[in-house]
Amino acid sequence: MIRIEHLVKNYGSNCAVDDISFSVESGEIVGFLGPNGAGKSTTMNILTGYISSTAGRASIAGIDILANPLEAKKLIGYLPEQPPLYLDMTVREFLNFNYDLKRCTLDRDAHIAEVCEVVKIQDVENRLIRNLSKGYRQRVGIAGALVGNPAVIIFDEPTVGLDPKQIIEIRNLIRTLGKDHTVILSTHILQEVQAVCDRIIIINKGKIVADEKTENIARIVENNRRFNVKISGPQRDVLAALKSLSGISYAEVLAERDGDAYTYTIESEMGTDIRKKLFFEMAAKGWPIIGLEALGVSLEDIFITVVDESSKGTVERERERRAVRRGERGRGRTSLESTLANDMVAEADRKRAEDAKSGYADLDAQDVPEGHDDGTGQPTGKPDTGKED
Amino acid sequence: MFAIYKKELRSFFINPIGYVYLGVFLAFSALLCCYTTIVAATYSTSSYFTYMSFAFVILIPLLTMRLFAEERKLKTEQLLLTAPVTLTGMVMGKYLAALTVFGGSMLVSIINFIPLYVYGAAERAGTSYSSTQIGPVTGQIVGSFIALILLGAAFLAIGTFISAMTENQLSAAVITIAVIAAMVFLNILNQLKDSDGQQLISSYPIRAVIDWVSVISRFSNFRYGIFDFTALLYYCSLAFVFLFLTVRVYDKRRWG
Repeated sequence: MIRIEHLVKNYGSNCAVDDISFSVESGEIVGFLGPNGAGKSTTMNILTGYISSTAGRASIAGIDILANPLEAKKLIGYLPEQPPLYLDMTVREFLNFNYDLKRCTLDRDAHIAEVCEVVKIQDVENRLIRNLSKGYRQRVGIAGALVGNPAVIIFDEPTVGLDPKQIIEIRNLIRTLGKDHTVILSTHILQEVQAVCDRIIIINKGKIVADEKTENIARIVENNRRFNVKISGPQRDVLAALKSLSGISYAEVLAERDGDAYTYTIESEMGTDIRKKLFFEMAAKGWPIIGLEALGVSLEDIFITVVDESSKGTVERERERRAVRRGERGRGRTSLESTLANDMVAEADRKRAEDAKSGYADLDAQDVPEGHDDGTGQPTGKPDTGKED
Repeated sequence: MFAIYKKELRSFFINPIGYVYLGVFLAFSALLCCYTTIVAATYSTSSYFTYMSFAFVILIPLLTMRLFAEERKLKTEQLLLTAPVTLTGMVMGKYLAALTVFGGSMLVSIINFIPLYVYGAAERAGTSYSSTQIGPVTGQIVGSFIALILLGAAFLAIGTFISAMTENQLSAAVITIAVIAAMVFLNILNQLKDSDGQQLISSYPIRAVIDWVSVISRFSNFRYGIFDFTALLYYCSLAFVFLFLTVRVYDKRRWG
């Protein structure tokens, strides 16, 4: 249905989209996931003919968007990041305008009534868009995109700025639409694509870093079992105990203190639920756990994991390397200062690792002189700010 | 294109701007007509049309400033540009809507001439000899009227182009006023004579160039009831060029 081939978009010397290719089959709901500024909106804009690409081609149902824009645009319903609403129109007028604009041939009243019903805006039909709340405006925007019953519907961050209830409603709506439309949904919220999409395309810094079925991404997410656990007890001993506990692949102290309790971030090995074991272990030692919080997987983690997986093999390997890395760093340091330093380094590492993700191929080369022989590009023993302070 | 035309036309009348324009235009033209003919006790409408062309400095930007600047600011142009409408269709739809409002107001302003004809008829009836010289010259009025519409159409195209270049209604209006005012004043400058009756700008080539740039100068022949086809062509091509440039602005932005 949708084909994008070697798409490149440069804004001056700034490359927003760098040679991406993917295709979407008819009836699929595809999530386009990436942090802000990753090139999502640019790709959407090119696909809808709003801007042109520097190179490469995009086509809808075999119709090239540049060669035959009118025909291609007829097949697309697009809700941009900021819904293009004329504030001085009523909802009805706006939908009528969309109807005229898209030169629909369906029965006007019946079709508009149907669209209103789908997005549940019948009750505001005669109100000025200016007076509607953000959630309603978003829905009117969606309704506008739906007018003419296009085969492809493209949503650019449709849930930004909505309250949780509205978000859920919009997600449900998108899922319903996916039954008889091809939907592309761009977002920077992982849960959103997970909830709605069949397939997830992850884009970062203008490049596609992953293109997977949602189940696969979900598995990665599940495997990544990280917790913040607050344990009351001597910091050094607790950390040592945590590290030695089988099933925990990685543990570190956060510079967060609550009486005699410290917060530790732990990561369990794949497929093991560490929580019960942890409880009994700590109970046996007389260190009460006073807080346990599951950490959500951030988009960055997904990038790291997915990219690592696709480029170098298994998740375990990555986990291993990371454990080694932390181990090295943590050696012989107990004071609060070093904990802080530890955190800073971890943060810097994470950032660097993320950077490496976007251009891992070339960054690897630069990292190698630091004494890596495995070519993984992990910035292991690199001196860093504040590390030895 | 028709959808955009309709929407644009509607938006003139659900926003105050359309009414402001119509009010100012009609009040001003009526007042002007009164002062230049009845108060001045003449049937000649030539100064009325001249002053009307000066009034365009303020009136035309009222119509054009919103056209594209507003859409761009509210990001609603994204809807138009991703809809199955050509750029030319979009620009023409908007331009024609502005032209319609302008043309409509011009048509309404025809009523300003009714008193002239009434006075003319009364005066003719009062004289013992039959004379065609009494009363306004219809040919002159029709010619000037058409010329004024053409002039307005050209100015509207310039305003449309300027609106497409900016994101702010106000700056679109100010720039349009500046451009149209410059044209008007260039024309006045060209016709200025010193105390000896010599042209202030003595060099003929410079005057010719200024004449060419100053859109108003082409207007003069019409005032004497001469239908000047070169001027007609000039105004139409001017409008065409600026509308074409507007399309190019959008085309370029897409590629930028």
